[in-house]
Amino acid sequence: MDTTVPEIHIAHPQFQPEPSVTAEQRQAASAAQEPSEVRRFLLSRGNSALADRSFQILMTLCALSIFGIVALIAIELIGNSRLAWHSFGLQFFFKAYIDPYTGLPTYWDPVNGHFSALPFVYGTLLSSLMALMLAVPLALGVAVFLTEMCPNFLRGPLAFLTELLAAIPSIIYGLWAIFVLVPLLREHVNPWLIKIFGWSGLFSDDNPTGLGFVSASVILAIMILPIISSLTREVMIAVPHSQREAVLALGATRWEMIRMGVLRNARIGIVGAIILGLGRALGETMAVTMVIGNSPEIHRSLLANGSSMAAVIANEFAEATNDLHRSALIEIGLALFIVTIIVNALARLLVWAVTRGAPARVN
Amino acid sequence: MEAASTGTKFQLRARIRGLIDSGATILAVLSTLLVILPLVAIFIYLLLKGASSLNLDFFIRTPKPVGEAGGGMANAIVGSATLLAVASILGVPMGIFGGVYLAEFGRGTKLANAIRFTADVLNGVPSIVMGIAAYSLIVLPQGHFSAFAGGVALGIMMIPTICRTTEEMLLMVPHVVREAALGLGVPNWRSVLSITVKTASPGIITGCMLAFARVAGETAPLLFTALGNNFWSTTLNEPIAALPLQIYVYAISPYDDWHRLAWAGALVLIVLIVLAVSLVRYVTSRGVLKGAS
Repeated sequence: MDTTVPEIHIAHPQFQPEPSVTAEQRQAASAAQEPSEVRRFLLSRGNSALADRSFQILMTLCALSIFGIVALIAIELIGNSRLAWHSFGLQFFFKAYIDPYTGLPTYWDPVNGHFSALPFVYGTLLSSLMALMLAVPLALGVAVFLTEMCPNFLRGPLAFLTELLAAIPSIIYGLWAIFVLVPLLREHVNPWLIKIFGWSGLFSDDNPTGLGFVSASVILAIMILPIISSLTREVMIAVPHSQREAVLALGATRWEMIRMGVLRNARIGIVGAIILGLGRALGETMAVTMVIGNSPEIHRSLLANGSSMAAVIANEFAEATNDLHRSALIEIGLALFIVTIIVNALARLLVWAVTRGAPARVN
Repeated sequence: MEAASTGTKFQLRARIRGLIDSGATILAVLSTLLVILPLVAIFIYLLLKGASSLNLDFFIRTPKPVGEAGGGMANAIVGSATLLAVASILGVPMGIFGGVYLAEFGRGTKLANAIRFTADVLNGVPSIVMGIAAYSLIVLPQGHFSAFAGGVALGIMMIPTICRTTEEMLLMVPHVVREAALGLGVPNWRSVLSITVKTASPGIITGCMLAFARVAGETAPLLFTALGNNFWSTTLNEPIAALPLQIYVYAISPYDDWHRLAWAGALVLIVLIVLAVSLVRYVTSRGVLKGAS
């Protein structure tokens, strides 16, 4: 075999093969040579370490602004509610003052400096719980229908419609509630409720205006429905198909398949969706303010006027008469902030546990 | 006979199970109808009661006193746009850059998980609490209500929303794009900005529009920061009208023509929001890369 290396002649001067020399001679030669133009250009540019680092720091700071917002809200709320906290302490949330003229308990009396948040806490809890009772069955029904029973061509438009329900601002819900829902309830539903359930004392005819807890709960239920239903749909979709197929293979009807294969597996996430709906109901301001009647009293009747924590802040904040009044309102806001943070954190944890870190939708 | 009785018992049970299945289907369909009903009712009422009061006066005139004809909500519409602009200056850059961190630099780290969780929780905090924070931060030291305070309140509401949607859109950009840029020697910061963010820009813009639509309808934080104004506002340091604020004031008033104006304002608001939401749906359904420039 021919073992000699063939001679290569290349025209370009830069690519002439070097004459055969020993390794040390070659090294000495290249050390003394000028670096090529290309190499000189690349060396002169430097690397982008500084720019990369500062860019990364800027992005991190902007992301940390989320924590900054929470800290800012907490600091402002705690700072400005200190006056009310020092004046009333923890009793702010359950004290009842006795009106000297009537002997009945009063709670919120800015004129005499009596501030107790009990009617607002009661109002928030009652309206939210009643809204949940109305909304959860409906939302689960919608989610089950859209996920399992709906024909394919209908699924897109119906899902879009339920998302549209979530996008409507609460002021429009309130407007519709005042002019359409409240007269409807007043004329047709409330008399029927009083007639059938009046014996329990929960429905009395003292309040013929139609405003009150029932109207507020109905409009709240309409508002939290899309949240519960869309999140329930997400957790139901996250259940693997193998579960459904296994139950069907054992001879279940479709409803039994949904109940045992899907709802049972998704129940943690469904609980999370319900709690998220509760969180939204607790903080809902405008629609509730417009229909709940705005009276800082506690009555046994569910048809009575009342108020809620967000409603009293919306109504009285801009016209707060003195520092104590404003500080009391800010303390109510602080309580609302803490409660909604806890409820939302719990709900997100539950939903995350089921969907395993897939980003949860905002609406 | 044994076989016959168990046979009929089985058939009876099977029939009951079938009935329960049909019942469940009927209940599910009924609840869907019951849910769609208020939505349809709201839109129908808005159209019926609002369209009749929509005229040119509505869009170019400021509110008139009760009893005088020809009032409008022009200052409210312009005021809402102004508040949105101020809020975007605060909220959009911080939100987008926060989303860039979550998707590019912090992916998988504990800090990013904590930030994402906090952003989700912040999205659920009632907007009136943000209003109180902006009030204490800006209105109390300044001593007066202002459009700036209203814009800040809306801006801090936008940041978590835009952060999450930006992150989701950036996560959809395939790795190939980033690696191609880095392989060509583009610095990391340049690759993130010019390549990744630009590829996801239709999605990011629609995320911002979603945040706009949500924030444009917020009334509660503006009640005691921007306060509302019956006239044109000339500077950012005075109270400013906003569309949802005007709707609220008119809706709870006892005057009929103010009620009509409230319906008209609500119609304008809902049309804008429905347009924004439909646009968002359309663009995101087309995919991230298809719309890349």
